[in-house]
Parts: sequence; C-alpha cells; structure tokens
Amino acid sequence: MAVASPRVEHVRARSTVLRRVAARWSGLLLVLPALAFISAFTLWPTLHVLFYSLQRHDLAHPTASFIGLANYREIVDDPIFWRVLKNTVYYAAVTVPISIVLALLLAVALNQKLPLRGLFRTAIFYPTVLPTISAAAIWLFIYIPDLGLADRLLGLLHLGHHNWLGNAHLILPALMVIAIWKQSGYFMIFFLAGLQALPAEVFEAAAIDGAGLFRRLWSITLPLLWPTTVFVTTIALVGAFQTVDQLFLLGQGGPNNASNLLLYRIYQEAFQNFNLGHASALTVIMLVLVFAISVINYRSLERRAYYEA
Amino acid sequence: MATVESPLPVATSRPRALALSTRWRRLAGSALFYVLLAIVCLIWAGPLIWALGTAVRAASQPLGKGWLWLPGAPTLENFREAWRSAPFLTYYTNTIIIVVGILACQLVTSVLAGYAFARGRFPGRDLLFLVFIFQLLTPITVLIVPNYLTMRSLHLVNSKLAIMLPYLGSGFGTFLVRQACRTVPIEMEEAARVEGANWWQLIWHVYVPLIRPALFAFTIISATYHWNDFLWPLIVTNTPGARPLTVGLSAFTQAGETGAQFPLIMAGTVLVVAPMLLAFLLLQRQFIDSFLRSGLK
Repeated sequence: MAVASPRVEHVRARSTVLRRVAARWSGLLLVLPALAFISAFTLWPTLHVLFYSLQRHDLAHPTASFIGLANYREIVDDPIFWRVLKNTVYYAAVTVPISIVLALLLAVALNQKLPLRGLFRTAIFYPTVLPTISAAAIWLFIYIPDLGLADRLLGLLHLGHHNWLGNAHLILPALMVIAIWKQSGYFMIFFLAGLQALPAEVFEAAAIDGAGLFRRLWSITLPLLWPTTVFVTTIALVGAFQTVDQLFLLGQGGPNNASNLLLYRIYQEAFQNFNLGHASALTVIMLVLVFAISVINYRSLERRAYYEA
Repeated sequence: MATVESPLPVATSRPRALALSTRWRRLAGSALFYVLLAIVCLIWAGPLIWALGTAVRAASQPLGKGWLWLPGAPTLENFREAWRSAPFLTYYTNTIIIVVGILACQLVTSVLAGYAFARGRFPGRDLLFLVFIFQLLTPITVLIVPNYLTMRSLHLVNSKLAIMLPYLGSGFGTFLVRQACRTVPIEMEEAARVEGANWWQLIWHVYVPLIRPALFAFTIISATYHWNDFLWPLIVTNTPGARPLTVGLSAFTQAGETGAQFPLIMAGTVLVVAPMLLAFLLLQRQFIDSFLRSGLK
C-alpha cells in the first residue's frame, strides 16, 4: 500500500466514489431523453386509456365519472361493433394470405436472372413508398363509376359499370385489392432477402436430382423460408388490423358500416360521436388484439428458430 | 416435417428428338412465365400511370372518352391550377418541418439510448429496455385518443409540435442503434478512453461514424413514415396552417370529388407523391435495404 497523507487519501476516495456513482448512473442519463418521450406518449397513454375506458364521458356527460365495465358491456351489445370486428377479421383473412403468397411467388420469380428484372422489382415495390392517402386518391378515381379505370377496362369486355364504393358488397373487396397492391412489394423484399441468404447448392442439387420447379418450391424453398414467412405474417396482420387512412377517402366506413374497420370506428366514436369512454374501451380491445398477434407470432418464431438451431 | 424423397431414377440415354422437344417445351414455358410476370408488373404500375396520365390531361379532353392513358397533348395546366386552389406551399413547408424535426430529435435520443443499452451497465437496464420493446410493439396510431387528450390538456392542439411530440423517442431507432453499436469492437472504445475521450466524444467520434449505415437506414424509414403519416396529423390539427401534405391532399380531394375535378385531384396527388417517389427511384437500393431493416430480424 502506498503511503499518502490522509487528506489526499480522503479526496481520492471521494472522487472514486463519485466516479463510480457517475459510471453507474451515466447510462441511465443517456437513456433518459428517449425514455421520457416514450413514457409520455406510449406508456402513459396506454395506462390512461385503460383508466378512461372505465369512465362515462360523452356529450351528455361532459365530466368523466367512473362506471366500471359499462363501456365494454355496451360495446359488446352494439351490433355495429360486431359488424366492424367481422369486417376487420375478414379483411385481414383475405388480404394477408393473398399478399404473402403473391409476395413469395414474385420473390421467387424476380430472384432469377431476367431481362428488365430491376424495372419489374421497382414496379412491384413502389406502392410501398406512396402515402396511403395518395394511393387512396388514385384508387378513388380508378373506382369512379363509368369514368374510372376499373369500369373502363371492364367496359372493354362489356362487363361495365359498377358502383364500387357505393355498393355494400363491393366496397370491402375493392379496399382489399388496394391493400394487396400496396403491400405485396413490401413483403416481397423480405422473401427476396431470405432467398438470397439460402445456399445455392441445395437448389442445384435438387435440380440435378430432377426436382421440378414446384417440387423445389414446396419441399425446399418454403421450409427454409418459414421463419421469414412467420415474421411477414406478423407485420401483415398487425398492419391489416390498423388499416384506416384509405377509409377517409374511400367510403368512410359505409355504406351502412359495410366497410368500417376497427381503427376507423375508434376515430368515429372519439371525434364524430364524441364518446371518449367507448373510444377508449375500443382502443383497449384493439391493443389487446394487436399485442396478441405480436406475441403469438414471436413465440412461434422463437420456437422455430430453436428447432433449426 | 417434409423430407426430400430420393428422386426417381432419371433416364440417362434419352432419344435426341425427345430431348429437343423437352428443350422447346422448356423454352415455351419460360416465355409464358416471362409474359405473365410482365403483365403482373404492368398491372402494378397501372395506377401510377393512370394518375400521371390523368394529371396531364387537357381540360378539353372529356373524361371517360378517348385513349385510356394519354388522351391528346399533355398539359401542365392542372398542376398550376392545383397549386393555386390549395395552400400546397404551406403543406409542403409543414411536412418538411415535421419530417426533419422528428428525424433530428429521434437521431439524438436513439443514439444516446441505443449506445447506453449496448455498452452501458446501469441499474434497471433490462427492465427499461423492455419499455422500449413495448413501444416497438405498440402501434402508436392506435393511441390517438389518449394522445389527443394529452395534447388538449397541454394546449398544443393545432400545432406542428403536437404532430411531432409522440414520435420524438423511438423504440425502433433505439433498437437499431443498439444492434449496430454491439458490432463495434469494444477495444476501440477502450483505446479512446485511454486517450481521455469523455462519453460524448466516444459516441460522436467512435460510434457514430461506425454505425452510419444503420443511422442512414433509420433516416429513410423515419422520413418515409412521417412524410406519409395521416391519421395523427388529421386529428391533432384543425386549420390548413398547421397541416401537412397528406391531410391537405385529403381535404383537397374531398372538396373536388363531387365536381368531377379529377385531373386536378390527380395533379395534386402527384405533387404529394413526387418527392418520395423520386427519392425512391434515385436511391432504390438504399430504400429497399432500409425497409428490410424495418423488419427487425
């Protein structure tokens, strides 16, 4: 032990303690700015909306009061809620599988060396970077009866004219077409990346062994791309449940709620009907749904990765 | 689990004629495949071509008549008219301020937090990281109702600040930076420390230059997302002065829809879409690489 005067020893000890405290807590300081924003606008609102969903707060009751689970009970008794939930599930159940299968097929096709491959990839991917609201404006004009592209193309085959957005049976399928067009390219790039990561020898060996295109796709490509597929399914489902922007231009949930989806319903309850209690309870239901999708898929992905490791 | 069965024995000495016909069949097959693929791509490009064609359509050309894509001589009159009839300049300025403001703040908060999570050791680190993961999984658009109430009680409704605030801390950005920082060799940090670098020099001179690709990817994703964002800005603003392009376009479209002003609306749409689309066409590879990271694998 080096000999030092007690005073120096004392100062040094204090400075090391300080330094140790600083080292121990400095990480926390660096995290603090981001944490503050996340707490204020994600954590707190989540708790706030949970609490608010137990309050009566609408035009007839301008001051909020505690009413337990009454909002939830009213929502469950509301046929519009069930209509909207059914629409949302139907919308997801159609758009997600079709987009994913299409994305996979396009990825396999565009992974080969072809003339104009870059142009083709651009053509499929570009809808991803368009604002949804601009895409909706374009499709609004495509779906306009008689004058729109849809009716004019069908008119060439003498299959014209339809009131795409005014017909309760046609509007949801019309919205699904837009979703498939807008998101397939985004999903495709994940499959393309997955394909490029696969060892080429496997495919060569299979081709030499005489396995045909579809056999190769089914027995080799698909199992190897399974983790990618699970992952893409998760983002696709979460995205489908959050569909909302295009409804503002295309049908506004109508006619008679035929195209109303969950997030748009939340908007209507909060900002058109001014029923914050109902809107909050719907938000809680939506959060639970979206979270469940993420967690279930994350679990299955983890398990799969475990088996493959 | 599907297993690859042992393949059927392949005939080794096929007659020449048969081999030739198989080759022809294969060629026809790939030609058919190529044509099909080209048609699908054309269908995908269709809406954009349709929008562009309509935007340059002269007022003298009635809708619903004439050649589908480009009837008559193209004109820029619709763009001039659209620019005159709605405050697009204000919308543009607002969008740029919002996008740049959000991005700048996100980069700072994410780099600090991401570095701390990657290399720091502090009490409660793992628990706090869960908070960030929670934000990653929570779609912030779903929280419009409580966030609106917050903005109302802060008297921030109808301001650009209200549009930006919820996004200034990013779980996704933090996660990206954390992953990138972990790939930086710890020896580099130790060497810089020996030379007397303090924490911000360490971050600025050692880490930031090395994680630049991740920051660039985050920049593209964040800019695209906020350029395109619609629901939150719609809710939290109520005058054109505070509104971004997307909300402005929606109002513009709804105003013109009944008057069959479609060439005008398409011109407005092209004005909104053009910057992002041009950026994408110029930086395709970077865009696609960045969007791949938005998958967070």
